[in-house]
Amino acid sequence: MHDQAISWHAAWPAPRLSARRNPDRFIAITAWLGAIAVTTVFFWIVVDLIRLGGAQLTPAFITNAPTSAGRAGGIGSVLVSTALILGVCLAVSAPLGIATAILLAEFTREGNRYCTAIRRSLDTLAGVPSIVFGLFGYAFFCVYLRMGFSILSGGLTLACMVLPILTRTAEQGLRSVPDEYRYAAAAVGMTRTQTLRQLLLPAAMPGLVAGVVLGVGRALAETAALLYTSGYADRMPSSLADSGRSLSIHIYDLAMNVPGGEPNAYATALVLVGLLIAINATAVWLGERWTHRKLSTA
Amino acid sequence: MTMTPDTLIPTKPVAVTVPPRPDHPPIIRAENLSVRYGDHRAFDQVTWTIARGRITALIGPSGCGKTSFLTCLNRLADLVPRCSVAGTLDIDGMDVLSAATDVIALRRRVGMIFQKPNPFPVSIRRNIALPLLDHRLCDRRTVDDHIERTLRAVGLWGEVKDRLNQSAFCLSGGQQQRLCLARALALKPDILLLDEPCSALDPISSGVVEDLIVSLRGRYTVVIVTHNLAQAKRIADDAAFFWLDGGAGRLIEHGPCRSVFENPAHPLTRAYIHGARG
Amino acid sequence: MSRSRTDRWLLVGLRASGAVTGAVVLLVIAFLLIESWPASRHVGLSRWITDPSWYPTSSAADGRFNLVPMLWGTLAAAGIAVALATPLALLSAVFCRFYAPPTIARFYRRMIQLLAGIPSVVYGLWGLTALVPLIQHFRPPGTSLLAGAAVLTLMILPTIALLADAALANVPGDHLRAAAAAGLSRPGTIRGVVFPAARAGIFTGILLGTGRAIGETMAVLMVCGNIVQTPTSLFDPIRTLTANIALEMAYAMGDHRSALFVSGLALMAIVIALVAMADRIGRGYAYA
Repeated sequence: MHDQAISWHAAWPAPRLSARRNPDRFIAITAWLGAIAVTTVFFWIVVDLIRLGGAQLTPAFITNAPTSAGRAGGIGSVLVSTALILGVCLAVSAPLGIATAILLAEFTREGNRYCTAIRRSLDTLAGVPSIVFGLFGYAFFCVYLRMGFSILSGGLTLACMVLPILTRTAEQGLRSVPDEYRYAAAAVGMTRTQTLRQLLLPAAMPGLVAGVVLGVGRALAETAALLYTSGYADRMPSSLADSGRSLSIHIYDLAMNVPGGEPNAYATALVLVGLLIAINATAVWLGERWTHRKLSTA
Repeated sequence: MTMTPDTLIPTKPVAVTVPPRPDHPPIIRAENLSVRYGDHRAFDQVTWTIARGRITALIGPSGCGKTSFLTCLNRLADLVPRCSVAGTLDIDGMDVLSAATDVIALRRRVGMIFQKPNPFPVSIRRNIALPLLDHRLCDRRTVDDHIERTLRAVGLWGEVKDRLNQSAFCLSGGQQQRLCLARALALKPDILLLDEPCSALDPISSGVVEDLIVSLRGRYTVVIVTHNLAQAKRIADDAAFFWLDGGAGRLIEHGPCRSVFENPAHPLTRAYIHGARG
Repeated sequence: MSRSRTDRWLLVGLRASGAVTGAVVLLVIAFLLIESWPASRHVGLSRWITDPSWYPTSSAADGRFNLVPMLWGTLAAAGIAVALATPLALLSAVFCRFYAPPTIARFYRRMIQLLAGIPSVVYGLWGLTALVPLIQHFRPPGTSLLAGAAVLTLMILPTIALLADAALANVPGDHLRAAAAAGLSRPGTIRGVVFPAARAGIFTGILLGTGRAIGETMAVLMVCGNIVQTPTSLFDPIRTLTANIALEMAYAMGDHRSALFVSGLALMAIVIALVAMADRIGRGYAYA
């Protein structure tokens, strides 16, 4: 019975509401009130999102181009720009992040200086505020590398931003593969390349995908880093060198700079939140599959 | 669990009951007490009384429900998910299993020590002060006296009086276990439940804790689970033997320690004591 | 290609990727330093604090470069948000672990996770259209320190609550069994045993929440009014350092632009210090 889980709720009887000056009762009431307050605000936000954005949300809204600065029309071109920005971001960050994760998880021992340095720099990068990424992206990609306000600049800036979370999640995925796989592979004389390609990467796949999915979620939610890198243009982009606005920037612009843009801002927010929930659900689902597998092989 | 029950059980085991002697009135009475975890039966149909002021040892192989029996006595079984307790259990006139029972008051009267010492992750002083203040057994002005008295009672005062504000995890395993004992004694309990209190300790610390337990005789009712038969024989007044039968623990035999060890009535008891000894 | 040569090339490739990954942060710092160099040379050290106001121009000689009001704006909004969010978040975690029936706890936790996933621009939009008019009703203009602090509270509450909840869940069962066996009351267990055991995780959550509040741009940009002044009341419009960068980068030239990079560098230093502290206290929580 020592390693059994504990059911905390059953450890004490329900607080007796009749007893006066009872701290248990006081905390119980405060905790319930606090939870009710947070829940109320949550539903306030959700109801506002659906009430103010739901009416505009039609299939035409998804596909049509915005007109009249976004007040009318849809978000077709914005969705395309968003997808392109994410595509650029992933095309760079996923290979880099996963390769770094493999290096950290498989090819180095604890305390290796090179790896400690990489880890530390990733930790630091994780703490940089997004507007600072925007400043950097503007100075480096737009100006120094002469990419201008473009989907490419925006995507690359986001790639820098999501590297830490992507790498760390992928590394955890690889570390969760049982060592037996590695011993078995070494015992039959497989090279490390073969082991990696045929055993470890397939086994760690849910973790790697979870890392990528979390990175996409972070990138999709981002606004400040894109303000001065991918720019504001709401027309359909014709190449990666074109400026293109993401969903989040569209929301910001409609809310702040376009009088009467709020209904469409809310509809866009509804789309964005819907996408994020779908992405998070995927990550959770992958995470669970990954834990299940871990349990079944343990 | 080295013996095979099938070959050893001649008939359905029947508890051999020795009526309580009048000079040892019972404090704990269990009637048809059963505990299950989901579909798993920990022990079944235990009917038994435990005498006041004596040391009672629970012996038997692992997994036969001894610890589960202890956790019924202070309702710690409530913490285990899907655990259900059936039957009646009476401690000094209190209906333990009733939903209306004040478990906090119950747990003040029935202290418990675990196999692995588990001091709170706070200072030595606060380990004792916390339960004292929480049960309002003393106020902030007198708490230091209580702490000193309790730590003296377990022989820890001299060792820790200069570092009361250090974390309890700075203590050695044996010292931690004595601190846990002090924490339980501070609440002035009637009953102490000890779940293999010495098995995680080195021989010397184990001896110190054992001597402490013996010194509690008469003042507290002690119920101790132990796998160390020699220890049970050394310290216990009464003994009870549990055995796993048909997937559930059963109380096979109980009575004065000497009769259980030297003249066991049930063949299973005899086999276990001899097997474990030899 | 021989087997060991494939392995060698693989390792070279991985090392190179690792080097690029590790170099990103150096690149970020290097460009911030390069870009902020003109302003730090022309404006000097003391003028960021002693200048009479924030009225930047492209050449440092004619401009005024006082960052202090915006620093106060940032600190006030983040400070109030942390002060409000921390107790609510701890209460939420305690509610989930100790007071709510399991079904409600699961629902509540899922809800907090959803709150954590809402992007800051959506919080900003909601604050602008729901909170600001409400505040305006009592005290115009509505866009204010209060609105910013309220939105930030909502944004960092999930961060702190989820990390505190995870920290409570990680308290060893032994401690809890010991507390129950000693007959400690629920408040006694929470205050005396669980919080001391979960201290590191809780503190990490608070520090990360603080970092998020200080570094947040969009939500405060949308609801705070963006007037450069040292706030004297909750209903004053304020401008934070982050919002200032987002607003002025569009047209800033020369030393003005460089000054924005200086404020970015300062922000980064503050947030990195907080994250490093959090990381030291509770290793492994930083990415949750």
